[in-house]
Amino acid sequence: MRREVPLTITAIVGFTLIIAYFVPHAPFSDVRDLFSDWFMVIAAFAIYLGILNLLKINVDKVYKKRPGWGFSIVTILGFFLFVYIGIREGRDFGEFGTRYYWLYDRIYYPLMAAMFAILAFFIASASYRAFRARNLEATILLLAAFFVMLGRVPIGYYLTTWLPEGWRMGNIADWIMDFPQTAGQRAVMIGIALGIVSTSLRVILGIERAFLGGE
Amino acid sequence: MNMNKSFHYFLFSFFLSFFFVFFANSPASDFSNTSVQAPAPPLNMKAFDTPNDNGHSITITWELSPDDGAGKSNVISYEILRSDNPDSGFVVRRMVAAGVNTYEDGGVKEKKSEDYFPSHKNFYYRVRANAEKGSSLSDVSPPAYAYGQLFHTGRTVILVACVIFTVFTIMFIRKAKKGEELYIRPLAGIEAVDEAIGRATEMGKPILYILGLGTAADVATIASFTILARISKMTAEYRTPILVPCNDPIVMIVAQETVKAAYLDAGRPEMYKEDNIFYVTSMQFAYVAAVNGIMVRERPATNFYLGKFYAESLILAETGSVAGSIQISGTDEIAQIPFFVAATDYTLIGEELYAASAYLGKEPLLLGSLKAQDWGKALVMISLILGGLAASFHLDFFIKLFAVKL
Repeated sequence: MRREVPLTITAIVGFTLIIAYFVPHAPFSDVRDLFSDWFMVIAAFAIYLGILNLLKINVDKVYKKRPGWGFSIVTILGFFLFVYIGIREGRDFGEFGTRYYWLYDRIYYPLMAAMFAILAFFIASASYRAFRARNLEATILLLAAFFVMLGRVPIGYYLTTWLPEGWRMGNIADWIMDFPQTAGQRAVMIGIALGIVSTSLRVILGIERAFLGGE
Repeated sequence: MNMNKSFHYFLFSFFLSFFFVFFANSPASDFSNTSVQAPAPPLNMKAFDTPNDNGHSITITWELSPDDGAGKSNVISYEILRSDNPDSGFVVRRMVAAGVNTYEDGGVKEKKSEDYFPSHKNFYYRVRANAEKGSSLSDVSPPAYAYGQLFHTGRTVILVACVIFTVFTIMFIRKAKKGEELYIRPLAGIEAVDEAIGRATEMGKPILYILGLGTAADVATIASFTILARISKMTAEYRTPILVPCNDPIVMIVAQETVKAAYLDAGRPEMYKEDNIFYVTSMQFAYVAAVNGIMVRERPATNFYLGKFYAESLILAETGSVAGSIQISGTDEIAQIPFFVAATDYTLIGEELYAASAYLGKEPLLLGSLKAQDWGKALVMISLILGGLAASFHLDFFIKLFAVKL
């Protein structure tokens, strides 16, 4: 029963939604919205479980003084600070000018921006590793990257103004992006689409049941 | 003398004012004062049920007024009017800009809603062309009523493709069940899973499994759950802890149940620790900060990044690389695949993510579905080649066969 009930629900919901995709007539037309509403209701309740889990893990960490328990204190304090200010501000807590907005704008937002900014350095370090010409594929990657990067900046244009129009850096970069890159990307997209259909079929038909335990 | 001078000034001012007043009101100075006419009305009114919908909408089309885009009575907008009586009671439903000659008049099925649009009720339409000065009404359209369709004809190709693919899947599953040997192309990322878990066991370090930023409704996340189940079972057998920080509460709950079931399956339920599968936050970069912290503090031997990833992919993978972990990644987000290829040791590209669970399971049923996937790809390749040839020789009928209206 532990596996049969979820599998039956999955199959019923899966087939109903597939039929709803092809049949616009009621009642199938309403089913997708209905299931979407149910999902939202479940998600709304699940957020409380998430909060409880967050507090449980971090309080436990502080209580048992596990390594990094100081970070947990910051997490708990941050959580309660935002909740307290949010409740004090009332229904419009997220509006411009509120204290909650101030906290978000002056604390969370800069932290998020700092985290995102790290990406610039990581792109450089990852590129350094990826563009080393160790074999044929890596060399092709290096050359393509060379043309695309240089073709996207003014210096690439100025360096190749003496060449015929089609051989200038910008045009080579455009050609790489429009043809080999697009072709490769579409091939991956077609594979992904087939993979999605295949996985959905496996789950709906109950062939894939690893996530429920057992083979 | 002074008085005379003042009188002359007065006379001059009077005539000057008269001159301005007279010429300012003269017909020659007023360029807009041409004869204003209402624009010609829109023609050929048609109203019909909107195809492929749930029966709460009517589409109206008309020929643009001859004064649309030209002439002194240039049309600036059209108003769509509706009534259930052809002779009276027309009310404005919507205004559209000049140049537009179609409108979908739709609503919802809830009778209490202000936007209610009834099915199977006749409606008549007129369109009013508005110029800057003046307007004109079209003839009344023939009656039309909305009704729901039983099949979305614009999706026929998708249905045919799904049926073919399902037939392939069932066919190969039956073959696999009969014990027929099915060749499946080996994937380096999957082959490395055993080695990665073995390494963690030898080092006595945990394994970090990241399900990405997707929700439990994303197929990539669902595929990741199935891989998590396989990997958890292995970690249970090897007695290696697995950490799963989650970005979504529902994902966390499903992940907890998945890992729990895997440990139960492996015969080691006592080793399952619910606290190892935990919720962090739903905010993207706060999540990244937390996971990076775990990587730096715990130094996991192996990191799995399988699911839906966005801008955080490279930050996570580079931090893992700096922490010295073996990294296996997989996503269906095309923009992130190059980052994973550059920064992790093994990458499951696109569809390989969906195939990974079947590869790990090595069950005939799952392998059969993989084989069907390969045949599906072969069919797509053939269609692409034929489509390319048809386009080159202007054989449009072949291309139209694949037309989809969503």
